[in-house]
Amino acid sequence: MTDFYGVELGSRLMLGTAQYPSPAVLAEAFRRSGAGVATVSVRREAGGGRAGQDFRDLIARLGVRLLPNTAGCHSVREAVTTAQMARELFETDWIKLEVIGHADTLQPDPFGLVEAARILTGEGFEVFPYTTEDLVLAERLLDAGCEVLMPWGAPIGTGLGLSNIYGLRSLRAHLPDVPMVVDAGLGLPSHAAAAMEMGFDAVLLNTAVAKAGDPAAMAEGFARAVEAGRLGHDADPMEPRDMAAPSTPVLGKAFLE
Amino acid sequence: MKITVNGTLEETTADTLADLLIALGYGESKVATAVNEDFVPATMRAEKKLTDGDRIEIVAPRQGG
Repeated sequence: MTDFYGVELGSRLMLGTAQYPSPAVLAEAFRRSGAGVATVSVRREAGGGRAGQDFRDLIARLGVRLLPNTAGCHSVREAVTTAQMARELFETDWIKLEVIGHADTLQPDPFGLVEAARILTGEGFEVFPYTTEDLVLAERLLDAGCEVLMPWGAPIGTGLGLSNIYGLRSLRAHLPDVPMVVDAGLGLPSHAAAAMEMGFDAVLLNTAVAKAGDPAAMAEGFARAVEAGRLGHDADPMEPRDMAAPSTPVLGKAFLE
Repeated sequence: MKITVNGTLEETTADTLADLLIALGYGESKVATAVNEDFVPATMRAEKKLTDGDRIEIVAPRQGG
């Protein structure tokens, strides 16, 4: 099993905690998913801190490892400060680093991302950068001290699946030893299976499960797809070919002249 | 003095960040704080003096993707 900053996870599925219709549905989706990691965030508190405590109790019962994010941060300073606040609240050095560069596509700001990653790794954070499939950016992030990469499948919340197969395949091939999680844009279990078949180490998703009509069933669907895709990858798949080739032996067929 | 707490302008007599949290009812809560976009660890709040116009952020755990 791949290790992420020295931590071996029992599952290759990471699941977000946002947008579920209720806390009970969230908990059931996690149970059916078998996910080993939950992404969480920090947000402004009101009313003396009760909402935060309720959510803290809920995620404690999930029994999974937490990966706090810097979602919605558009500047390096915002992202760094948010990461520092998250580390104190969740008591983990893990941070899913998002530095958003465009309000419509929510695509990462590659320049801010590298700068923030360098600052945070210098402060002892274990950074999971939300990045694109760009190979040069990936190398800059590794230079900045990241030991894990999280390339997007498609823009956050779109459910479009793997929108740049060539780019993802190329990234995986050039950096075969870097643990990589395909994060964002997955909509169906088949998208997750495809990412795993390409050799990615894990997938992270949220909306596809939380916004499904039956989130728990979808969570299990993704869990099975992740396992199926990984098995397919490990089993050394056949090479595709353009010409048909009979699978049933020709030799011994009746009526052969 | 006038300060901004989580985006809302407020009047306070609290001298320090720790006093402000107590005044706002966060005494026992697990929250994280920043002043003027710089993180202030829980252990430093008692020493963190507030000045007029400061922008305070008080955050807690929430759902995230």
